[in-house]
Amino acid sequence: MTQQMIPEQPAQADAGANVWKPARRITALSVGLVLVAILVLTALLAPLLAPFDPNIQHIELRLLPPSGAHWLGTDGFGRDLLSRVIYGARPTLLLVSLILILTIPVGLLIGISAGYIGGWFERILMRLTDIVMSLPSLVMALALVAIMGPGLMNGALALAFTSWPPFARQARAETLALRRSDYLAAARMQGIGGLRLMFGHILPLCLPSAVVRAALSLGGIILASAGLGFLGMGIQPPTAEWGSMVAEGSKVIFDQWWVAAAPGGAILFASLAFNLLGDGLRDKMDPRHGN
Amino acid sequence: MATDAQTLHQQHNHLKTQHTDRLTAKDLTIYLPGERPLELVKSLSFNVGQERVALVGESGSGKSLTARALMGLLPHPCKLRASELTLGDNDLTTLKEREWSRLRGNRVSMVMQDPKHALNPTQKIGKQVEEPLRLHTRLGRKERQEKVADMLNAVGLPNPAFLQQQYPHQLSGGMGQRVMLAIALINDPQWLIADEPTSALDFDMREQVLGLIERLVEQRNMGLILISHDLQQVAHHCERVLVMYKGELLDELPADQLAQATHPYTHTLWSCRPSKFTHGERLPVLDRALLASLKKETRHD
Repeated sequence: MTQQMIPEQPAQADAGANVWKPARRITALSVGLVLVAILVLTALLAPLLAPFDPNIQHIELRLLPPSGAHWLGTDGFGRDLLSRVIYGARPTLLLVSLILILTIPVGLLIGISAGYIGGWFERILMRLTDIVMSLPSLVMALALVAIMGPGLMNGALALAFTSWPPFARQARAETLALRRSDYLAAARMQGIGGLRLMFGHILPLCLPSAVVRAALSLGGIILASAGLGFLGMGIQPPTAEWGSMVAEGSKVIFDQWWVAAAPGGAILFASLAFNLLGDGLRDKMDPRHGN
Repeated sequence: MATDAQTLHQQHNHLKTQHTDRLTAKDLTIYLPGERPLELVKSLSFNVGQERVALVGESGSGKSLTARALMGLLPHPCKLRASELTLGDNDLTTLKEREWSRLRGNRVSMVMQDPKHALNPTQKIGKQVEEPLRLHTRLGRKERQEKVADMLNAVGLPNPAFLQQQYPHQLSGGMGQRVMLAIALINDPQWLIADEPTSALDFDMREQVLGLIERLVEQRNMGLILISHDLQQVAHHCERVLVMYKGELLDELPADQLAQATHPYTHTLWSCRPSKFTHGERLPVLDRALLASLKKETRHD
């Protein structure tokens, strides 16, 4: 019985493979990539895609339900919600890229130098990292924005301040493992040392996992930036921003649900896109999670 | 035309590396510090000029530690002391890290065991071969490129232009070891330390790579310290042999007299390898009790 079963199974698998061959395998990575690409394109082409100006108010058209003219309805000032959601992708992506530009270099610099130099230097840097890591991200960001004043740049700075520690810890752990590797020993035998070794040889080896880490944390960063906007600490109105749009919509959520649902859906979409991308990248680049 | 340039280049090397400097160690001791310091290498003395010397011994006899000490790269807790440890006119016991960096890869280079692990997986071959040049010389980009191509030719790698664009995982073990050699030799160092350069290769490849090392060292008038546990194999390629056992230098003799070695340990090492002459016979086994008693005698002297 079993002997008959065994040859059958591969045949079935082959047949399945043939059916699916024309289409590429659908993975978290490919779905994530497509979604992120849609998001980026939307942000870039917002003026072409948006049917209306996102900031022009028509009080007579306020709080209209979704219809043929206004696909997602209008908000409390009669502005077209679809246009505002499309334009809202811009500050979100801008904020996310600002945060990445700020956090990855700082995290890698601290992590690699701590791991490479070691001793007291490492202890001080890593305890500092632990301290920042233990602070609740959004609360800390709120406090910073309260001090510095709301705005895109300050929001990015505040969120960046609390999101570099994971990068530093990961880079340090990898540097520690790399320090004992043969190729770094070989590099030192050629007289390569100090900064050249840290940034010419260790950094490229830490970079892939930092990228994966970044992609994984992007979903959380998007939620945090929307949270800042919701609390009125992000980009100020009237600029279209998903978080503050949800906040406006929540006032009328029981009668005109679409005002909050449209930007909420956009946040969900963006967060999901980056999470899928991060998961896919991790599966692809980290052998420990591979199949 | 290309060969002309190559010979010219080699002549230039020849002039540059003509030297009388010696690598000298006297009473070199490597130990683990602590309440009761543990001596891993015990007062080793040797002297290497422009010659090929083999450093032979079992695993754990301190060969690699000695080599690392000569590069100033002892593993973390280990420390060394020596009444003299000089490389030319440099006193290696007092060098600062910066001065070491200037020495390594420039006047003394090292080739490690396994090219699979010793080449950086994220960088192209060309870049890795070029890096010592960028560090230690002030050559322009074009001159560096020329030197890299020449060097890859010299270690017997075909099609350097193509190879420079490759990553280490795309090479075979033998090619990898040749690339390692190219990296070590690109700055025309005065000494090459090869730490079991062939142990990751198969038998045919070993002979080839050892032959290549011998030839290059000869051409460039360098000194070679070849570390190995295979006495018979290195004997062909070296002039002098130092035999180490448990951190001590047991025997030192010219390679052509190995067959008549008088020291029992050297003799056993020499004859313990199976061959067609030993077919059907028992191979000699090391008599460690005898060795220990010999050691005691020398202590009493």
